[in-house]
Amino acid sequence: MNAPILTARNVHVAFGGVRAADDVALDIFPGEFLAIIGPNGSGKTTFLNLCTGYVRPTGGSISLSGREITGLTPRAITQLGIARSFQHPQLFTEQSLLENVLLAVAARRHFWSPLRPLDRQAYVEEALSVIELIGLRHQTHSPVVNLPEGMRKLADIALALALKPQLLLLDEPTSGVSSDEKFSLMDTLISALRRQCVTAAFVEHDIELVRKYADRVAVWDQGRVFAVGDPDQVLSDARVMQAVVGVD
Amino acid sequence: MQLPAIAFGAMAAVLILSVQMVPWLEFVYILALAKGFAALGVAILLRAGLISIGHALFFGFGAYVTAFLGGGRIVTDLGALLVIATFASAALGVIIGAFVVRYRAIFFAMLNLALSMVFFSLLAKLYAITGGTDGLRVAMPTIFGMVFDRATLQAILLYGSLLLLAGVGYLLKRYLHSPMGQALPAIERNELRLEYLGVSVRRVLLTAYTISAGLAGLGGALMAFAVGHVLPEMSYWTVSGQLVLIAVLGGIGGVLGPFMGAIFFEVVHTLAVGHMAEAWNLIIGLTLIAVIFFLPGGLYSLMQAFARKGHAP
Amino acid sequence: MEFLIPLVVDGLAAAAVIFFIAVGLSLVFSVLKILNVAHGSFYSMGAYVAVMLGMWGLSKGISPYFSLPLLFVAAALVAGLFGPLVERGFLRWTYDKPEALQILVTFGLFLIFEDMQKLVFGVQPHFHDAALHLLGVSTIGGIAYINYQLVLIGLAVLALAVLELVIRYTTFGKLVVAVVSDREVAQCMGVNASHVFTAAFTLGVFLAALGGALASPTSGVAPGLGAEAIVLGFAVAAIGGLGQIGGAALAAFLVGLARVLAIFYYPELEPVVPYTVMVLVLLVRPFGLFGTITARRI
Repeated sequence: MNAPILTARNVHVAFGGVRAADDVALDIFPGEFLAIIGPNGSGKTTFLNLCTGYVRPTGGSISLSGREITGLTPRAITQLGIARSFQHPQLFTEQSLLENVLLAVAARRHFWSPLRPLDRQAYVEEALSVIELIGLRHQTHSPVVNLPEGMRKLADIALALALKPQLLLLDEPTSGVSSDEKFSLMDTLISALRRQCVTAAFVEHDIELVRKYADRVAVWDQGRVFAVGDPDQVLSDARVMQAVVGVD
Repeated sequence: MQLPAIAFGAMAAVLILSVQMVPWLEFVYILALAKGFAALGVAILLRAGLISIGHALFFGFGAYVTAFLGGGRIVTDLGALLVIATFASAALGVIIGAFVVRYRAIFFAMLNLALSMVFFSLLAKLYAITGGTDGLRVAMPTIFGMVFDRATLQAILLYGSLLLLAGVGYLLKRYLHSPMGQALPAIERNELRLEYLGVSVRRVLLTAYTISAGLAGLGGALMAFAVGHVLPEMSYWTVSGQLVLIAVLGGIGGVLGPFMGAIFFEVVHTLAVGHMAEAWNLIIGLTLIAVIFFLPGGLYSLMQAFARKGHAP
Repeated sequence: MEFLIPLVVDGLAAAAVIFFIAVGLSLVFSVLKILNVAHGSFYSMGAYVAVMLGMWGLSKGISPYFSLPLLFVAAALVAGLFGPLVERGFLRWTYDKPEALQILVTFGLFLIFEDMQKLVFGVQPHFHDAALHLLGVSTIGGIAYINYQLVLIGLAVLALAVLELVIRYTTFGKLVVAVVSDREVAQCMGVNASHVFTAAFTLGVFLAALGGALASPTSGVAPGLGAEAIVLGFAVAAIGGLGQIGGAALAAFLVGLARVLAIFYYPELEPVVPYTVMVLVLLVRPFGLFGTITARRI
């Protein structure tokens, strides 16, 4: 088995008495698509926040490719190779989709040259290819504030993709996207990720998507990792179904 | 040819031609260009949503550095003094910016205001160094070792300022189109996301702040040469307010906007002082409010609309 | 040592006036979320109207005993006229605009008022110190006190107490707190937010005008009064924490004391003191002494 790309051990954090992360332990292996499922409030987004430096754990450690990243700033962690998308899309609202993605491309390549334009040819080509990948070519020049929620979600993902990260963390990537488009989005996303050898973990509520696309599933409940393993095994476990879906 | 280049050419032509017909406009235009540089500095920060109501600090600093060095006969060359004043202001900008760019919105504004008022008070009180409320005289500068009379100096200042505008304006335009410059409006909307792209917001803002301080210092130095005298009032908060006013009046979308705003401001000022001194603030206040409500892109946007109509099929 | 006490009283009296400006500014900021540069204009209007009213009263033979109440009348006139007019007729069109533009709009208003004052009242300085003379001087323990200054300090403390009581115990106070915390939710619950806005703004104008009126017997009126008042008011309001009534009082007190110390040790630097304190406080506590932060959710 390969060495894990991300390792979390004994991670703790509490918000005013609520244990959002309670002795969390998880490995994410290179090249896999890990689904993170669990009821609302079980700590899934918190885990993403912990891995990306938005929240500082009170205990435990998180490391990326063997390197300790606990307590680093989001900027530092991003530069080390983790990119994320958000539950509420975080975009540069007054600018166009292209300008948004260009900023991500420039951030990855070369940001600090004061005399060369953001929209230089090489960057524009790369940005357009990312926009093409997520299927938003017709919205390239639209101000993102005008886009419907589902497209803003995709734009958010595009920004993360443009960073060409080692590890991509997606927070509910298909929420806000219509049901018939969910599968085609995931198809596109996953084939692109495979082409670029990106490892990804995604928080998801749609069990069918999880069944189809995930290599492994980690189930969260009350701040802990309740179960982890092969989707078919985990999802047929009665305890899991009861905890997550509430089925008896 | 691009709009800004045409616009600059048109503006320069208008200025130069009108001066031939109305000679006293020369002084007014120099003042306008001086304040234009400072207002441009303010405009850069406004792009990131940061309003500095304390930029008169750098404006006054540039002016006093010029007066101090020139008066002490330490440096006498016009060009050298302008360069020194600009870089000294930029250096001050780095030092102050290091603290100040951690703040946002109203707190950024207030901290800048506070610092400028501290500076103003010091200028007014430290008589031995700054001449107190009397200020300092600005000695006539030399240009490549030659001395000129006031009238010639003024002409040199006008054409020199226009050249500076062209040169500095061009560089600034490239800066504003670069990733660092384009990051400024992104910071206003979502600086968290920028951090999540791995970009240091602090570094982007500190760079912008330093550039804006340098520009304000350059403006102050030009003002010092034009007027021949520097006073603590150059750093009073109402001057900072004027700079923001000029920036918004002219439009922060382009590099020329603040200069258009400054020319409008100074010309109206001169006309008003001649005929109705007690209504000058009133006129400017009304114009500002009208522009904010009805022409948010400023005078520059008016020109852009005009140009678009010209190119309509 | 004895000479220090009158100095302190002097400083506290000045602090009392600044408190009136700062607390009004803070109040308007917390309710309307606008930093009102024209607040300084209301201060100077209060001063001008007080002086004019006093001089008019003198010419009509009104007893000097009315000189102190007339100051309040002046403030009330300014507030009654300009409060609703400016807020309803003008400021409300700016509520949807970005902060930077809102400040600029109030700056434009300030400029307009500056010239209006010059046009109405002229540019020469005026003086009307009847209230000052009325109250005279008292000698306590061998030290002479200017009673007017003691009254000023007392009025400031009273105003602080009244404001705190109003916010905590009256319906109006609770409405203000509701609108400040969450305007939309308050409106959903039937609170007429625009009435609260107008009332709060008018109260702010009254406090600023009162500050000006109360200061006028000792400092007179001249153009430029408003500019000085607003920048000092900003400083103190920021030090105390924008929106904090108690903060404004504490900040005014601290700045007042700091100025007295400066006058005692290094009089040259007295004008620098309020802004230096402001820089120091803001560097350590960006939200002011009593200010609060709100967190962001993603």
